[in-house]
Amino acid sequence: MSFLLTALIMFLFWIALSWQFEPLYLISGVASSLLVAYLSHDLFIGQADVRTGVIRLFRFFAYVPWLMWQIVLSNIDVARRTLHPGMPISPTIIRIKNIYRTEMAMVLLANSITLTPGTITIEVNKHEFIIHAVTREAAEGVLMGGMIERVKRIEGGDDV
Amino acid sequence: MEIREIIVGAFLGVGCFFVVVASIGVVRFPDFYTRLHPAGKSDTLGQALILSGLMIHEGVSVVSLKLFMIIVLIFIVNPAASHSIAKAAYLAGVEPWKDKEGGRS
Repeated sequence: MSFLLTALIMFLFWIALSWQFEPLYLISGVASSLLVAYLSHDLFIGQADVRTGVIRLFRFFAYVPWLMWQIVLSNIDVARRTLHPGMPISPTIIRIKNIYRTEMAMVLLANSITLTPGTITIEVNKHEFIIHAVTREAAEGVLMGGMIERVKRIEGGDDV
Repeated sequence: MEIREIIVGAFLGVGCFFVVVASIGVVRFPDFYTRLHPAGKSDTLGQALILSGLMIHEGVSVVSLKLFMIIVLIFIVNPAASHSIAKAAYLAGVEPWKDKEGGRS
């Protein structure tokens, strides 16, 4: 099941990239997507069952616009501080408790934090996230801005 | 047609602005970690804006689809790269620069 799904997605990806419909291209596309699916289908679909995965995917798509808006806001803030003659920055290192069970949620939070300018995730382990922030306001933004709760909501109550 | 070109120009201009600001930030910021901030991230928004501008210029086509894939790729790869550089520095014991009041931890 996961093999066929991966092969199908890989073949659609091939078509999107090549946009060639001569038999030669289609046949080599089928061959390579089957090969890739054989090698990586267990990684690509993962352990969570398909239903949980799809629900999380939709929650994730609802999260993306909010994240984009945060990226724009904090980018403007960092740009202002970069160009400001006095350069009002106050680098800080903070630690956040790790409240997630799935690796996907940890990756999502770490990447979201790094994408919003002003904060970089330095280290993630089972207990905490270590974050470097370029200003104290940015550090407080991570703690108070609701990103942690939003990622937690994407993860939901399911265990895998 | 005219309006679309203006929008494309605006996207490209603002995108270039963010990339230039990121470059200035790399020079101006005081230490390793703070320099990572503009280098890794203002770039991301700048590139996304430039590529979005090109997508609008191109309209609905395969080229737009590929540009969109590049944007998604950058949004996944760029934080991963920044993170691993920061982690390498942290493990090697690079001390973060602090202002006069000192950072909280």
